[in-house]
Amino acid sequence: MDKLRQRWNALRHDRHAAWAAALALAVLLMLLPFITGETLGRGWVRILDFTLLYIMLALGLNIVVGYAGLLDLGYIAFYAVGAYTYALLASPQFGLHLPFWALLPIGAGIAGIFGILLGAPTLRLRGDYLAIVTLGFGEIIRIFLNNLNAPVNITNGPQGINLIDPVSFGSFSLSETHTFFGVTFPGIYTYYYLFLLLALLVIFVSLRLQNSRIGRAWVAIREDEVAAEAMGINTRNIKLLAFAMGASFAGISGGLFAGFQGFISPESFNLFESIIVLCMIVLGGMGNIGGVILGAVLLTVFPEALRYIGDLQHYLFGRVLVDAADLRMLLFGLALVLIMIFRPAGLVPSVRRRHEFGSDASVLAQEQASLYDARR
Amino acid sequence: MDIFTQQLINGLVLGSIYALVALGYTMVYGILELINFAHGEVTMFGAMICLAVIGAITATGTDANGLLIVALGLSAAISVCTVLGFLIERVAYRPLRRAPRLAALITAIGMSIVLQNAAMLIWGKQYITFPPLLPLVRYDIGGAVITNLQIFIILLSCLLMAGLLVLIRKTRLGRAMRATAQAQDIAGLMGINVNTIISVTFVIGAALAAVAGVMVSAYYGLAHYFMGFMLGLKAFTAAVLGGIGNIAGAMLGGLLLGLIESFGAGYIGTLTGGFLGSHYQDVFAFFVLILVLVIRPSGLLGERVVERA
Repeated sequence: MDKLRQRWNALRHDRHAAWAAALALAVLLMLLPFITGETLGRGWVRILDFTLLYIMLALGLNIVVGYAGLLDLGYIAFYAVGAYTYALLASPQFGLHLPFWALLPIGAGIAGIFGILLGAPTLRLRGDYLAIVTLGFGEIIRIFLNNLNAPVNITNGPQGINLIDPVSFGSFSLSETHTFFGVTFPGIYTYYYLFLLLALLVIFVSLRLQNSRIGRAWVAIREDEVAAEAMGINTRNIKLLAFAMGASFAGISGGLFAGFQGFISPESFNLFESIIVLCMIVLGGMGNIGGVILGAVLLTVFPEALRYIGDLQHYLFGRVLVDAADLRMLLFGLALVLIMIFRPAGLVPSVRRRHEFGSDASVLAQEQASLYDARR
Repeated sequence: MDIFTQQLINGLVLGSIYALVALGYTMVYGILELINFAHGEVTMFGAMICLAVIGAITATGTDANGLLIVALGLSAAISVCTVLGFLIERVAYRPLRRAPRLAALITAIGMSIVLQNAAMLIWGKQYITFPPLLPLVRYDIGGAVITNLQIFIILLSCLLMAGLLVLIRKTRLGRAMRATAQAQDIAGLMGINVNTIISVTFVIGAALAAVAGVMVSAYYGLAHYFMGFMLGLKAFTAAVLGGIGNIAGAMLGGLLLGLIESFGAGYIGTLTGGFLGSHYQDVFAFFVLILVLVIRPSGLLGERVVERA
């Protein structure tokens, strides 16, 4: 056993092994839609696409909650803003059909502006007060989207917007089936590669931000805002930047969602969605990019996998006892509770958090807290 | 003028229900600094249990007094919900007491999803109607109508809130609860059984929620497995509005939110010249909440919380 561990550790620090692993991962990611499509069916390739969207969304929220420590329960509003921006500028609703390369930056920009709109008045709020205001903000956006069909029809109300242009580059539309070198790529496959590319970009940006000057400033604010300010960090601008950045990530994924689906309605952007995205980052391990990705993958794939409960029941008992669709969310909630009870810092905690919740860390934290109280 | 009185009455009824639910949020928050997301679901369970018991009794075809049947349903709801509140704390929150707060928030959300779907499995997806057991009497005051049910809701919630205030301010148990809220470890050193106190807090909150749930279903005549979500959200908003952790604040916040909503629904059309209709009443409520918090970041009656390291 010890020998195995030694081998593993040696392997971990081996440059060649790292390159080989990265290469294998790249090949796997490239082939994934074909493997999934062949084994599990086209429906699962669609789920893969959504997983990538959720990874982008979760990494955006990770900036606000994980890095800067600002609890945001209305994050899905920015996703909605991105999606509606795309939909209004590329659908028969207003007769506008802007090209994709213009739509995505516009969506990100407008979502970012909304982020600042939310951030500016709430700079003084902390913790749960901030949470409830962001929650209210998310609900306000949703209610407006739901009702802005009268007296002037902007969002088409609860019916939502239909016939949104698919993502296309010039005459190359991603929703159609293409053939390259004798290999057929259905629409959902080409979308997969686009989403993969953008998700990798978002991961790259997140990684670079983490240890940058800005990233460290966010962590400092999360740990102690007063001390951060004393160290010369402009807390106002840095917090607004976190809101704007997180929101623009959501704006991008929202735009992609609108183009991918071809149809959006306010129902897709309710509070429950915000909560699910928050669950992704807390479950995976807040502030840790790998953890957040894992959380996003698990929480997108797990509910879908639970659809097979019906088959399982059939196999075990010979008949379906409880309807799978009804049991699905119950098990999902149960899983959330259990994972948190057994891994309170998330499945893959960030290094900093692992230090915080080490063996006797809670005792230490208690002592520090009481010391702080005494000094105050 | 009669619209004003009518909206005032509606707002007071709605507000007193919000206040009862908000108390559960604020008491738990005061002690554990945890948003008990499952609290709204406890309210829903209260309504569902009451309706199930009423349904079972009326199905036997007795000609017992309607009031008696409803009272039986109410007491069944209270007893089941107190057990539920106790179990929720024991299963989902106690193991995480020393864990980061967001972890507890996620288990709270998980618990809420579990309860909601359990209710859906037990009672189905359809709306359940409240049978017309209570004799409805309408009184006319200044052009507005108030029913005996509305009067009863307002009176009962005032009574319960007064009782809770006495319990917390005057009794030994209340003193222990306040001490635990202030400093859990020190309270433990003073010989208070902190675990018991926390359980008691959850049980009291759940009992109040059960009463509120029955009130809502009787008032609107409907119950649904999803009703706890929005109700809980509003009640939590009310608790924050008043200053979370503050008992009197929750009562004030609840009443205020009820009034804001009903006046918002009544007047928003005239205020905006018909541009925004009454379906913007939630926007109105959240907007007022944001405004209050921007001006007073710790709620109306909340104390200034010093940031802990």
